[in-house]
Amino acid sequence: MRTLTKSVSNKLLAAGALALSLALPAQAAINVLTCEPEWAALTTELAGDKASVSSATNALQDPHRVEARPGLIARTRNADLLVCTGLDLEAGWLPLLVQQSGNAKIAKGQPGYFEAGSFVPRLDVPAKLDRAEGDVHAFGNPHVHLNPHNIALISAQLAKRLAAIDPANAAYYAARQADFAGRWSQAMRKWETQAAPLRGLTLVEHHRNMEYLMSWLGMRQVGTLEPKPGVEPSAAQLGQLLAQLQQQPAKLVLRAAYQDERASNWLSQRAHIPAVVVPFTVGADKESGDLFALFDTTVQRLTQAVK
Amino acid sequence: MFKHSVMTVAIAAAFALPLSAGAAESPELAAIRAQIQEMKQSYEARLQALEQRLQDAQAAVAEAQNAAASAQQANAPAAPAAPAPAAPTTAAAGDNSFNPSISLVLGGTFSNLSQDPSTYRFGGFMPPVGEVGPGSRSFNLGESELTMAANIDPMFAGQLTFALTGENEASVEEAFVRTRELGGGTNVKAGRFLSGVGYLNAQHSHTWDFVDAPLAYQAFFGGQYKPDGVQVRWLAPFNTFLEVGAEVGSGRSFPGNDRNKNGFNATSVFAHAGDDIGDSASWRAGLSYLRTGAADRAYEFDGIPNAFSGKSSIWMADAVYKWAPNGNPTRTNFKLQGEYMRRKESGTLAAGELADAYASTQSGWYLQGVYQFMPNWRAGLRFDRLSSGTPFIGLVDSGALGMDAFPALVRYKPQRSSVMLDWSPSEFSRLRLQFARDEARPGQTDNQVYLQYIMSLGAHAGHTF
Ligand SMILES: [Zn+2]
Repeated sequence: MRTLTKSVSNKLLAAGALALSLALPAQAAINVLTCEPEWAALTTELAGDKASVSSATNALQDPHRVEARPGLIARTRNADLLVCTGLDLEAGWLPLLVQQSGNAKIAKGQPGYFEAGSFVPRLDVPAKLDRAEGDVHAFGNPHVHLNPHNIALISAQLAKRLAAIDPANAAYYAARQADFAGRWSQAMRKWETQAAPLRGLTLVEHHRNMEYLMSWLGMRQVGTLEPKPGVEPSAAQLGQLLAQLQQQPAKLVLRAAYQDERASNWLSQRAHIPAVVVPFTVGADKESGDLFALFDTTVQRLTQAVK
Repeated sequence: MFKHSVMTVAIAAAFALPLSAGAAESPELAAIRAQIQEMKQSYEARLQALEQRLQDAQAAVAEAQNAAASAQQANAPAAPAAPAPAAPTTAAAGDNSFNPSISLVLGGTFSNLSQDPSTYRFGGFMPPVGEVGPGSRSFNLGESELTMAANIDPMFAGQLTFALTGENEASVEEAFVRTRELGGGTNVKAGRFLSGVGYLNAQHSHTWDFVDAPLAYQAFFGGQYKPDGVQVRWLAPFNTFLEVGAEVGSGRSFPGNDRNKNGFNATSVFAHAGDDIGDSASWRAGLSYLRTGAADRAYEFDGIPNAFSGKSSIWMADAVYKWAPNGNPTRTNFKLQGEYMRRKESGTLAAGELADAYASTQSGWYLQGVYQFMPNWRAGLRFDRLSSGTPFIGLVDSGALGMDAFPALVRYKPQRSSVMLDWSPSEFSRLRLQFARDEARPGQTDNQVYLQYIMSLGAHAGHTF
């Protein structure tokens, strides 16, 4: 009888302990929500399993135009850290999302809000702000991530921020950042050798979202498919662009995986230049599973197109 | 600034040439190898130092740009930005630096109505107070909106929206303060605001997919329910969206009216749940309940004055489903939404000097689908239906008066079918063509054609789901 009671009480104790361990997270991993997939990939590089990371958008979404979907509001509510490009890229949806989530930790100006774009030198800071120019970005071109030197700068800052949010693991983040930085600078040297033939290349892009890639590899844009930022191309405008290419020829027409292929294919056929799709961000296709693969694929697609 | 890297890569590649390691090496060879190793390491260290200097320089440029941008923001909204990284300037705060952001929506319609709009009514319903019916014929200024919003301090933010009508009137659509940093998923609003009940109610009319509000919103809310009061919303800490909210108000907005009473004269509660279905689809559904009251809510029909006093309560169910391939709505997307409303009113109904008990249960619903079939172009279809039911009218039941004393309340089921096509050259402008076959008046069909423009200027607030 006594042994029976004892075993029952032991079982109860065990069950209680189990219930407790289920209720309380075993390892207090921080919750990180990123606006774009590249920052989710970077956070994972730096935080490993110390953070549970998810991205608000996937690689096939246009980061300018995202809806504050219910599932996204719920994820925003539970985030300890929000990592976004900023520079008004997400102006159409992020402020509303943060407000609706009622999460004070990640409001602008709080340590829980990390604006990646503010840590790198910006291109295309406009001299004039007028909506007649389309959906212009007042703080400069926000598509900063396609220059890997920017990733290096942001990575150093993000590691510090992770440490500030989660001081218990500060040493861990610092060690992973050092390791990542080493591998990244080696990879950059590799990409720069591979991409040497791209220097001086002229191209047409869909939206002005490849400027940082071009400035990194010494390429130059001679036209965009969009007549104005955020305005979809029309047949007449594409015809004009085609005529303009007679004077200023381009070697290829470049677009991101999330962009509509029709305009780019139209120009490719008529101007007899290859249409090149780059993943633009992590996860756009199976060749771009992480940040290293993203740049491997981007450099490879570009160099192959001009061979 | 990247030249150095390309050059150094070439050197690195030269170092990396395979030097086959023999099994037995002469001391000379080993010495050479050691020397190469040493050069490699020192080279690596120099390279890293250079990289660090480059990074520091870039970070400094970024910081200078941040300073320039914040200075520019503080000065004037459209001041030219320094194209090159300027030296950090201190923010010279001008008079406008803390002004609220302003957004202006200009709208207008051209209407062609086959029936006289002054005879518009919902058969079987007491005429609601508010924005009801198809508006006037020919050109109409429509409803323009002026919104000013700003953070007040770290704790509060505020917003004021004026609605400017074609009748040269400005009315306060919304004027509220809200909390910014309560945290814990909680938001509190006070003032006049679009209530959180239902789905469409919380959305400004310029974001609607059709020119006009569903019939149920017109009949039960007089357009939209905008209480003066306090709202609390709480978002549950789950990975699935679940939000609950409650509001208390003065009770002055229709179906309530001014009752000269202290306390909370109207209360509403609502709950919304939603989630994503894969990358491409998401849904939201909700239940809401509103309870308010009226005292001598007068209306006149066919020259006969009537007035209702008593309780009014409304149940609402709403659901919306949105689809976009891979969650990217740029090219094509689809939206299906529907709401059901059921209103119970009980109290007394007066006709002239006489008054007796009154009770009604009335309902209405709409279902609409909008499809963007190519960039910038959308088409939509909507069906509306109201059911007046047969009210209990004490004066008729007792035989004191006949049903001819209450011609507005003769049982009827108003309905309407609408189809629209709109074109949005950018996020900030939209042109719309809408046809509707409106059978709200018993035995009459109103064929309505609208041409509408909606343009938004200035700061652009995001759209809710
Ligand atoms: Zn852009």
